Amino acid sequence: MITKKTKKITLNFDRMILMAKKIRIGWFTFTCCEDSTILFTELLNTYYKEWLPKLEFVHARILRKDDANEIQQMDIAFVEGAISSDTQETKLKQIREKATKLVAIGSCAVTGAPSNQRNLFNAEQNVQIKEILEKFKYKEKVLKLADVVTVDESIPGCPMNEKLFLLLMEKYLNAQS
Amino acid sequence: MHNPNFDFIPGSKDFKIQLDEISKIEGAASLEVEVKDGRVEDLKFSISEWKRFYTQAIQGKPAVAVPSLVSRICGTCSNAHLLASLKAVENAFDITISQQTLLLRKLLYHGLIIRDHALHLYIFALPDVFKKNSILDFDMEDPVQHNMLDDAFSVKEVGNKLSIVIGGRSVHAPFPTVGGFLKLPKIDDIKTMRNELLSIRPKILSLIELFAKTSFFHEVQAPFVFTSLVSHDFSYLEGEIRTSEGNTIQQSNFDEHLHAVIIPYSHARGFSFEGNLLMVGAIARLTLGKQYLNKKTLKDTEKYLSFFPTKNLFYNNLAQAIEILHSIDQSIELIESVTTIAPEPPIKPVLKETSGVGVIEAPRGTLYYKFEINKEGVVQKGEIIVPTGQNQVIMERAIKEIVENLVRLGATKEKIVYEIEKFIRAFDPCMSCASHFLKVNWK
Repeated sequence: MITKKTKKITLNFDRMILMAKKIRIGWFTFTCCEDSTILFTELLNTYYKEWLPKLEFVHARILRKDDANEIQQMDIAFVEGAISSDTQETKLKQIREKATKLVAIGSCAVTGAPSNQRNLFNAEQNVQIKEILEKFKYKEKVLKLADVVTVDESIPGCPMNEKLFLLLMEKYLNAQS
Repeated sequence: MHNPNFDFIPGSKDFKIQLDEISKIEGAASLEVEVKDGRVEDLKFSISEWKRFYTQAIQGKPAVAVPSLVSRICGTCSNAHLLASLKAVENAFDITISQQTLLLRKLLYHGLIIRDHALHLYIFALPDVFKKNSILDFDMEDPVQHNMLDDAFSVKEVGNKLSIVIGGRSVHAPFPTVGGFLKLPKIDDIKTMRNELLSIRPKILSLIELFAKTSFFHEVQAPFVFTSLVSHDFSYLEGEIRTSEGNTIQQSNFDEHLHAVIIPYSHARGFSFEGNLLMVGAIARLTLGKQYLNKKTLKDTEKYLSFFPTKNLFYNNLAQAIEILHSIDQSIELIESVTTIAPEPPIKPVLKETSGVGVIEAPRGTLYYKFEINKEGVVQKGEIIVPTGQNQVIMERAIKEIVENLVRLGATKEKIVYEIEKFIRAFDPCMSCASHFLKVNWK
């Protein structure tokens, strides 16, 4: 009896720890207009009381200054924007290494467009932008996230599809509780 | 990453600061400072967003389709790009929009001002007032901080909803189009916004008082000029451009007074105004047009409006808070004035070879669009001048002054970095807007 009771208490305690543990998330932005970041901050208007007790913002430049110099381990990395440079590609790979799940957020991350519009420029347009591309070492082509790393989930849309994002949040929050 | 790198010996007057990513601003920017013998030897404020080349991308596209494309330049002020570019196309084709369209656009825009300024003031700037890293760190057991957190999200939500009711979405609104609206809002939905706007009014009065009482202070020593579009109803969308030197400029001639400043280390270009340092945005608008604010706003902010004109650029925060109140009061008046929504189809352009300019006040300052269009109605060239580009040069100059003052006072490295970031946030720069253009040489 004593053993059983002790076990039961231990299980409940484990569950309490699990319930208290926040989901560690990162919100990152590469080449884009940050429309989905803005939409996320607007969704917080409605959901902050529900989400904030359950989420730990490990990285989110729009909301807070990072506590550490290196990218931290995360449960979920939400990544907005396309990849325009080798430095961005390196950072995306670092994020992938540190994130259990990586979610591509919005059209530029999922498809590359419209940030990849220079990929389709004609010769005259390419002449106009050539100097800038060379000076700042742009990649030859703008890439979507899946061209660089494995993407676990995608929320398309320009800005991101709000309903799909809310469904995904519900899934992750339910899995945690 | 965000944490700064230092090469700093306490008490030393020789050191370097490098901030790779400045937090709580719209987009990506970095800063390098080198101080020798207490003087700033080198200072580089760089916009590090990667360009998307919109001025090239719009070439060859139908003019009527361009506004919805350029709204993608910026997530937070997308409706500013939408309305400025619509105005440029409509001016090019000599389209005079109806009074109903103008009223709806004004409402849409007041929604943007409320939401966008609230994002900046509550989410970006307010943590500096409370000496917190983030609004997410506010103490829920502290009634003042708890209220502020609640206010932040409820004010943003009302601005957001107003834009959704009128434009279909607060970001990249799908309904506004050349000559009118693709889909018109319902009068009942518009009317319901009145009480919602009224409900946030007391919260903004508290916010105004808070930013009026902060000790944030830096008066720019270098001479500079304020410019803004000034209209009789402070609508941000109409009027003529005025300067703090007392000059008036027609919207179509604005670009002749702006001189591009190439900043070799930045992805974006800066601007001077006739060779002088230039400041645009809420602080410029209140300096040049505060008398045109809504009467209720004027009455309730009288003691704070006397702060303007000012050289203390931290008062840009206060100016934005007052503008939120104006947009609330003005929206309520507009909503009360409208009784029906007439089923007006958009006015279609008659295609011709033409050019047009559209100037409005974006949340962060004057936004200029110019299109050259061929006889098939296709854009041949475009020029876009954004507020952050106009503010970039004075922002860098002011940061230099702040660093030198702090070094003179023997401030710690943490203090210097904190003050720099706080000041940059007060400017409310928008890097997404600033970095995506190339200078086009107009013939």
